[in-house]
Amino acid sequence: MAYMLELDNIHKTFNPGTINEKIALDGVNLKLNPGDFVTIIGGNGAGKSTTLNAIAGVWSVDAGTIKINGTDITSLPEYKRAKFLGRVFQDPMTGTAATMSIEENMAIASRRGKKRTLKWGVTKEERAKYREMLASLGLGLEDRLTSKVGLLSGGQRQAITLLMASIVKPDLLLLDEHTAALDPKTAAKVLEISDKIIEENNLTAMMVTHNMKDAIAHGNRLIMMHEGRIIYDVAGEEKKALHVSDLLKKFEDVSGGELDNDRMLLS
Amino acid sequence: MQFFTSFMNALPGAIAQGMIWGIMAIGVYITYKILDIADLTVDGSLCTGGAVCVILTLNGVPMWIALLFAFAAGMIAGFITGVLHTRFGIPAILAGILTQLALYSINLHIMGWGTDNFSKSNLPISVDKYNLLVSARYVRNLAINNPIWVLIVFLVVIVGIIYWFFGTEIGCSLRATGANGNMARAQGINTNPAKVFGLMISNGLVALSGALLGQYQGFSDINMGRGAIVIGLAAVIIGEVLFGKLCTGRKFTFAYTLFAVAAGAVIYYIVLQVVLALKMPTDDLKLFSAVVVAIFLSLPYLKGKHAAAAKKKEVA
Repeated sequence: MAYMLELDNIHKTFNPGTINEKIALDGVNLKLNPGDFVTIIGGNGAGKSTTLNAIAGVWSVDAGTIKINGTDITSLPEYKRAKFLGRVFQDPMTGTAATMSIEENMAIASRRGKKRTLKWGVTKEERAKYREMLASLGLGLEDRLTSKVGLLSGGQRQAITLLMASIVKPDLLLLDEHTAALDPKTAAKVLEISDKIIEENNLTAMMVTHNMKDAIAHGNRLIMMHEGRIIYDVAGEEKKALHVSDLLKKFEDVSGGELDNDRMLLS
Repeated sequence: MQFFTSFMNALPGAIAQGMIWGIMAIGVYITYKILDIADLTVDGSLCTGGAVCVILTLNGVPMWIALLFAFAAGMIAGFITGVLHTRFGIPAILAGILTQLALYSINLHIMGWGTDNFSKSNLPISVDKYNLLVSARYVRNLAINNPIWVLIVFLVVIVGIIYWFFGTEIGCSLRATGANGNMARAQGINTNPAKVFGLMISNGLVALSGALLGQYQGFSDINMGRGAIVIGLAAVIIGEVLFGKLCTGRKFTFAYTLFAVAAGAVIYYIVLQVVLALKMPTDDLKLFSAVVVAIFLSLPYLKGKHAAAAKKKEVA
């Protein structure tokens, strides 16, 4: 059986040989089955977002191989990997083009992995489809197709970015703390939309979060990272039975009793 | 009264010249507003366009083909800036300055084609001997040979083509590249060639404008592009400030915006004529332009700061 994602011994060091040298990924191994939805937790600098960026190709890794659905993408540039990936970022500004309209943003996303030609950028049929997709969000965006995305709230922008990430079904959806910049109520709504989109499209997904409760409540698998390594990996029934206190204890065990991240404790 | 007559005399010329610079301003709009790059190549590529057009026409090349070659020469200049920026990691502003500097020598050589020392800083072309599309000679004629008609057609066609292009899938990927590079890459757009291509279109238009300017004034000159970026920016900003509200929320917003930019250039030249009619020495024109553009560029920032301060006061 083919894995949807295979990370084999990924290493990445930032600023090697300088005073700012930082080993960000120190041998990450991970295999995801099709349909897996894994949540990733860990302290600051544990390598959570770095892992997602390694997969997305923001920079190239120092060692190791990355395979998506059997294809080795280790040496592909970021824009070529986009064919396989849907991405939602922590900053709501990152995932959309503010000066372009909602429909233009979605039209650009619907051509991900396809050749862009001199055909018209947004067609009539597309418009009807986008209207329907936006209506399913329940945010009242279906009547604002030509509004500039820059006029929308952070939550609305994240919701649209989620649609854009799934408009062409990706092999892997990467959610990089995509609710961290939102207020609790909006964050809950965006998480609900995320769940819905992942379930309806039967997507394989990775979600980085600082919120332990969210990490337990969502997905079928949970991994904890520390100092660039995966130190805990739990799935299925065992994961469902987890409590925040279990995770805290686990974290203290492996990290030598120090828990330096207030955000993790508070949330 | 003397002011009025000298101004009215100069008005048709100001309009024609403004329209030629309007084409150039549309090029600047593409880099400055759409790609979010301040491209200084234009100071050189404007002259390149003029030089190529004049030398080719003098050597018997049909005028339309000469215009086409001028456009192509501008695209090459944009390509070089784009490659310096994207392939060699030179900041966009510096890449533009480097190309502009190199073009100074190249423009001298283009104009000096066929001469002994292969260099010339000024190249005249007479409308009596050559078939030129636009000439200042006829700008006050109420006839079909008045350059203003031709320039209107030029502007409409150019706006039409640019409007169409930026509505296509490729055009949209250029806009996304300028609006948000991270988003563009995440959606599979290769942003580096997109930037290069945008710079090529922009400088092509700038060189075309230079070619028309060379025909219009009857010569190309090594200094004809000096400060061009400032005039282009002035046109973009004037167009935005005066017509911005009129343009938004319409069906063809982008086409209106491009026309507004061209109109901005015309207004710039009319204001310039007012200043000249008021007897400002021509030597001071560049100082005047720089001050005006600096004021307009800083307005949005100062406005934002003022609004923020007012809000703070309200809260306190």
